[in-house]
Amino acid sequence: MSESLVQLAVDFSLLSLFAFGGVITVLPEMHRSVVDVHAWMSGAEFAQLFALAQASPGPNILVVSLIGWKVAGLAGAVVATGAVCAPSSVLTFVISKVWQRFRGARWRQVVEDGLVPVTVGLMLAGGYLITLAADHSVVAFFVTAATAATVLTTRIHPLWLLGAGGLLGLTGWV
Amino acid sequence: MPWARRMLVEERRWLSDEEFSEMLSLCQVLPGPNIVNMAVCVGTRFRGARGAIAAFLGLLSAPFAIVLALAALFTQYGELSAISAAFRGISAAAAGLVVAMGLKMASSRRLRSAMALFALAAFVGIALFRLPLGLFLLGAAPASIAAAAWRRR
Repeated sequence: MSESLVQLAVDFSLLSLFAFGGVITVLPEMHRSVVDVHAWMSGAEFAQLFALAQASPGPNILVVSLIGWKVAGLAGAVVATGAVCAPSSVLTFVISKVWQRFRGARWRQVVEDGLVPVTVGLMLAGGYLITLAADHSVVAFFVTAATAATVLTTRIHPLWLLGAGGLLGLTGWV
Repeated sequence: MPWARRMLVEERRWLSDEEFSEMLSLCQVLPGPNIVNMAVCVGTRFRGARGAIAAFLGLLSAPFAIVLALAALFTQYGELSAISAAFRGISAAAAGLVVAMGLKMASSRRLRSAMALFALAAFVGIALFRLPLGLFLLGAAPASIAAAAWRRR
């Protein structure tokens, strides 16, 4: 138990510092660590926790709280959430005090230009991996594709789409 | 994030539109959850370290409690076939949200150049070869930033 707490703390505090562009970009790494390396849960369970966090109000880092909770209960949830936030928050705290000085600096622009493409690739990788983990039928792949298409072409609130997915599941289609 | 903007800029008027955008761009460059970084930035700006901690706890406490309550309910009743069937559909839709977010970002103007190769490399390395992220970023991030610098000469 305490061993997995330490492991959660170590893994997620490292993830915190790699999460350029937000937590979704480290989704593949979370999946690798939680499912492949530690075998704390199956891919399908991982996808379920992710869906639960998406359906819940609040920031999407809550998936980390749920992973911690699944692995080591309430203590796990607190440790994992704290670990994924602390290193990046301390960094933000320090940098936000000096950042004003670099307003419009050329290297700032260069760093952003360089990081954005990598971030986009990671985001797409996250979409690919979570789709493989979540979908086990042709209809499920269809739901994923239709949801993505709807988000891209309309301004509908995502919760409606999660609800529609849930309804299709409930009626035995997925 | 749209809600954060509405609260900070329009309702409380703690930040001007420009200050908000600037803070957001910093929080997006830095690693970590963007919205958490944003809370830390705003808190620091008004009340230093204690403000940052207050903003952090304020942002996360309620959602944290709610999501754990949902998870507890899910463990209790998740075995029911109706719930697990519904969750197969919800999981599939949630995956679609991530796919859409990725595709939306892929249409960024920063990708309309050879820099798109770095996005491709990240996808292939992480999704297909399942490389550890840290290892990948140690190589890819400096290379990508160097390429960006070279292009801006």
